[in-house]
Amino acid sequence: MSDAPKEIMFAQACNMAMAKAMADDPKVILMGEDIADEQGGGVFKVTAGLSAQFGTDRVRSTPISEQAIVGAAVGSALVGYKPVAEIMLMNFITVAMDQIVNHAAKLRFMSGGQTSVPLTIRTTTGAGTGLGGQHSDMLEAWLAHVPGLKVVAASNPCDAYGLLYSSIMDPNPVIFIENTPTYFTKGPAPAPDHVVPLGVASVPREGSDISLITYSRGVGACHAVAEKLAGEGISCEVVDLRTIAPFDEETVLKSVAKTKAAVVVHEAVKNFGTGAEISSRIHEELFSELKAPVGRVGSGYAPVPFSPAIEKAWMFSEGDIEREIRKILG
Amino acid sequence: MDDHQRSKALSDTQMADKDVLIDIFTRADLIMQSDIKFRKMIGAGQLQIVYYPVRGQEVVSSAMMAAINQEDYLVTIYRGLHDQLAKGIPSKELWAEFAGKMAGTCKGKGGPMHITHPETGVMVTTGIVGSGIPIANGLGLASQLDKDGKVTVCCFGDGATNIGAFHEGLNMAQVWKLPVIFLCQNNLYSEHTPMAFATSSDTIKQRGEGLGMRSVRVNGNDASEMYAAAKEAVEYARAGNGPTLIEAMTFRFHGHLLGDTGHYIPEAEMEQALKDDPMPILRQQLLDIQVSEADIAAIEAKNKAIIDEAAQFALDAPYPPGDEYRIDVLDVEIAA
Repeated sequence: MSDAPKEIMFAQACNMAMAKAMADDPKVILMGEDIADEQGGGVFKVTAGLSAQFGTDRVRSTPISEQAIVGAAVGSALVGYKPVAEIMLMNFITVAMDQIVNHAAKLRFMSGGQTSVPLTIRTTTGAGTGLGGQHSDMLEAWLAHVPGLKVVAASNPCDAYGLLYSSIMDPNPVIFIENTPTYFTKGPAPAPDHVVPLGVASVPREGSDISLITYSRGVGACHAVAEKLAGEGISCEVVDLRTIAPFDEETVLKSVAKTKAAVVVHEAVKNFGTGAEISSRIHEELFSELKAPVGRVGSGYAPVPFSPAIEKAWMFSEGDIEREIRKILG
Repeated sequence: MDDHQRSKALSDTQMADKDVLIDIFTRADLIMQSDIKFRKMIGAGQLQIVYYPVRGQEVVSSAMMAAINQEDYLVTIYRGLHDQLAKGIPSKELWAEFAGKMAGTCKGKGGPMHITHPETGVMVTTGIVGSGIPIANGLGLASQLDKDGKVTVCCFGDGATNIGAFHEGLNMAQVWKLPVIFLCQNNLYSEHTPMAFATSSDTIKQRGEGLGMRSVRVNGNDASEMYAAAKEAVEYARAGNGPTLIEAMTFRFHGHLLGDTGHYIPEAEMEQALKDDPMPILRQQLLDIQVSEADIAAIEAKNKAIIDEAAQFALDAPYPPGDEYRIDVLDVEIAA
């Protein structure tokens, strides 16, 4: 397509991935609150135009009933559908946790492989927008701890397109985490057949002194810090996990084996976050080679605060990443 | 509410056809004998499992499943042996699963509370009260989109109607007119708690009506009445009219789980319930419509043989290898 834009927004990329999946496979259906065009095409317009293109049988607005939404997605997935359930904001996943944890994640195993749940749950979240404690949490660590679930978080429009398509076509339940504050940030547009396999990290910036292991919005922050420190002769490698669970251990360990130092960076609360698991795996495999213990950067041990003044102090920052790098490299 | 409403005189529903009653009895007797055998074997230490007895509720599910086909779907709960047998899961595989064996329906990875057997339409058995309801909607949605004419039966107890999933699920099913039959087997106790203590409405039917759903309340222990309600709900769903809530009154003759003595059930209530035991009543009905004692005895003997064979098979079958835990977590095997 010669008239295709060279740059698109993250939200557009998700929309295009769903459109492609629906065109490729009639068993792909979407459901969620307000997602059909008549209800506005989603609160962030991520599904805009899809019901017009594919009909409201396949693009269904639902009641505000997260258990019922995920349950209906689980049930249809058991008998051949590839449903994409939109949970408007990640905090609302708490309402559907029974369906996600006890059913979507376990039915393949508990049925001895007779059934499976090829379901994708799209959800968005992220602090810094003044939405306070119940609309901003990053809860990926909860989900990554559940055997049977895959957890994916893209950092740019091109990956979002390729990863969401893979998530929808994956035979396992996938939680696809979008980032609200960067929904309307532009990036290079993907080719229509662009696919990013799940479980494969990327190394968008190579370096030799330290590995910054991150995902979602952390990638942008790590790039900015790496750029700044490059001026001082500190060479940072950025590893974008893209899939949080199962994470690409091979790429992470290869990077740290080279740099012999690492910081894991995420927006989620630091305590018991995914950084603990990743850091631990690095220590288990590469302890004797490390220049210093692996560092972790995350947000503070508190609910996401409302006031911008407190939120800023609470939230992980480029300053935190820089301090952690300097501490490690001494 | 009147605790003995279930035992009121049989309604004026017409007696079901002879073949139908024999079919229902055949399923119900298999359930009754299986329940007795399970309790006996657990009591004797031959099986070490948590077991939720179903004695007393045989007729509800037998009449329901007699009104649907093998390819129709079933979603049920941890007290589900009666539903699973009535739906047609072969006894050998079911017993082996209860015993945690590799030859079980789920390779021993589900166990009694998580039975799945797609060949007979048993898609989910959940151990989480009320959770099957939203999933049943998904099966119904698939049938609606595929126009395959299937219905989904979703079984749960009166206790499940106090959990949010019931209200979310029934609302969505009604809004979307899904081909689902919500079968509330009201045995008047949610675990140890009597219905009147924890349920704000007098009936479960009222709750369905409040959600705008076609809702009926029947004596589930009466085979003909239960079958008529089931058949009507199935026809209504297949015709594209949407779901039905059936509140089927029944009773549980044993505690919540085996080992629970049911001390919280008043003696007089239990005495009355046992007098109303649906199994001898159904057996007598067969005799009344000229099914011979010999024919009934033959059904019972055949069921006994099936169960004896299945129980022995379950005891003798090998356990799964320990490494089986790495299989079926995802579509690919998890590395050791």
